[in-house]
Amino acid sequence: MTASSAPAAARSVRPPGQLVIQIDGVTKLYQMGEETIHALRGVALTIRRNEYLAIMGPSGSGKSTLMNMLGCLDTPTAGHYDFNGKNVASMVDDELADIRNREIGFVFQTFNLLPRSNALHNVELPLIYAGLSRSERLQRAAQALTDVGLGDRMHHRPNELSGGQRQRVAIARALVTRPSIILADEPTGNLDSKTGVEIMDLFEHLYELGNTLIVVTHEEDVARHARRIVRLRDGLIESDQTV
Amino acid sequence: MRRLYYELTESLRIAFAQIRANKLRSALTALGVIIGIVAVTLMGTAIKGIDAGVDRSFAGFGDDLLYVTKWPWGNIEDWWNYRNRRPVRHEYARQINEWIATNPGTTLKLAVPAAERFTTIIRGEYRLNNIYTLGTTADYARITRSDIREGRFFSDFEGQAGTNVCFIGFDVADALFPNDSPLGKTIRIKDQNFSVIGVAAKQGSFLGLFSWDSMVAMPLTTYRRYYRVGEDCEIRVQVDGTRMAEAKDELQGLMRRLRMLGPEKRDDFSINEQGTIREQLDPIKNGVALAGLFITGLALFVGAIGIMNITYVSVKERTKEIGTRKALGARRRTILLQFLIEAVAICFVGGVAGLTLAAGLTSVVGVIAPSFPLVFSTSLVVIGLVVSVFTGIFSGFAPAWSASKLDPVVALRYE
Repeated sequence: MTASSAPAAARSVRPPGQLVIQIDGVTKLYQMGEETIHALRGVALTIRRNEYLAIMGPSGSGKSTLMNMLGCLDTPTAGHYDFNGKNVASMVDDELADIRNREIGFVFQTFNLLPRSNALHNVELPLIYAGLSRSERLQRAAQALTDVGLGDRMHHRPNELSGGQRQRVAIARALVTRPSIILADEPTGNLDSKTGVEIMDLFEHLYELGNTLIVVTHEEDVARHARRIVRLRDGLIESDQTV
Repeated sequence: MRRLYYELTESLRIAFAQIRANKLRSALTALGVIIGIVAVTLMGTAIKGIDAGVDRSFAGFGDDLLYVTKWPWGNIEDWWNYRNRRPVRHEYARQINEWIATNPGTTLKLAVPAAERFTTIIRGEYRLNNIYTLGTTADYARITRSDIREGRFFSDFEGQAGTNVCFIGFDVADALFPNDSPLGKTIRIKDQNFSVIGVAAKQGSFLGLFSWDSMVAMPLTTYRRYYRVGEDCEIRVQVDGTRMAEAKDELQGLMRRLRMLGPEKRDDFSINEQGTIREQLDPIKNGVALAGLFITGLALFVGAIGIMNITYVSVKERTKEIGTRKALGARRRTILLQFLIEAVAICFVGGVAGLTLAAGLTSVVGVIAPSFPLVFSTSLVVIGLVVSVFTGIFSGFAPAWSASKLDPVVALRYE
């Protein structure tokens, strides 16, 4: 199923499950020299399991900041952030690292694979940080790569793979820890349009398998795949609509 | 705990992959450590060598001898306190021996008088200056450490009669009689003819300053006839080597009685042992060792700075990777370990290479110049490896710490 051949009405919508993310009144200030920048000015958002969410907005709207916050890479200046009922806003570095490891799967615009490691080891990496035994790691990493259609490319290094294949490795790496959410930052930004469509199809497939997806993008074409679109402007949520 | 183990193995894997990927850079960086470790290790072998050399030198002294002298050994600043002491007379040796004979339980064994100076020895056109010349009794043969290569030491009779016979050291024999046996030949000392009756086996030198092999021994009676030395002499007493302190006390009491010192009088003689010289040498030896280790340590320090530098470069280059790893759940500890292990790995490889090189150099020196004291030991290998690991930790810590503290958001944005 490709994006163009999938009319919105024909898409399945899975019933939202339990609460995963709940943020309320979140603000973020940056000090840029003399100037204080209000990246977020009080954002409230709830995300449930089995949602497929797109976060949109022009540059400078605060969508990157919101994504870093949702991804537990950063903590808010003020406001509440509960992740699976745990208060993230007050966590220290290592607690955040553990949350990222267990609960969040990242997919980056630039793939961010380790260049000297093969696909299997790249996918295995988060499991090392999770403290899994080698045999379990390899078995799960191989399974994840097979799931994204790269069962025959496991021992290839990133530079031996195409852009689309690299992004699939990155998606396998995000899936392998069985996280609560998958957070993709412009996942098609570095891909040609045909490959981009393939990646969005893969996301669709992952959604149908029961994953929770958050895609940050500025492309309407990409956002159209999501079931819910949140638009940001000037650090505030402008609209939040289900499509 | 298990997680830490997996992180460690992963860090090791990355470290060696990194070294493989940057072969030239790693090799150049390790070179600094190699040079440092070679310098420090060679210094270590030299220090150990000095120790061994001192031991070898002191063996010539005999470690079971006490020396009764007018002047104490070593540096003295208050010389006026000693110059008016009565001479140590050679008769004391006979008196001590008589006392030993009547006291079976004593720690003292045998006393021998000895007078010494440096003289010139001539045979035909051969002339040797500054030869250690010893006047003593026949008993000397029983307390000395040197073996006899040929001939014999002089007898009791010759000693008492004061005949012109002499026993010469190996080097003296070698220099004066390069092609034939010196036995029965005549040499001239102090314009007198002496007949050579024995030659000592080769014994080596004392700290390279003084050779036991360039000596001449003659009967004390003869010695006193030609060198007008008066009464002054020294007494060498062989004692039970396992009870040195006790023997020293016993000898001190005996000497006080022989010299009829009242209880209120201070000793007017000195009892020395080779330990006295060792104590004198220790500060010199330690000073040399400390200065040497400091200077060679500087080389290692420069190596460590090289490692620190390259680790900083490595952190900078891989900032984005650090961000990715943090996003995937690496804790600060994980990142710290990764870079620390990388620095330690380079240092360890450098250390192994350096030690191998040092071992090679030591054995080459050993072949070319066997007398040069270098001692390469297992403890040196262990110390060398420990030092290189600590160098790695020392130089890797600051960059690894800065890597671990990177903000993941900033690191991920880094291009």
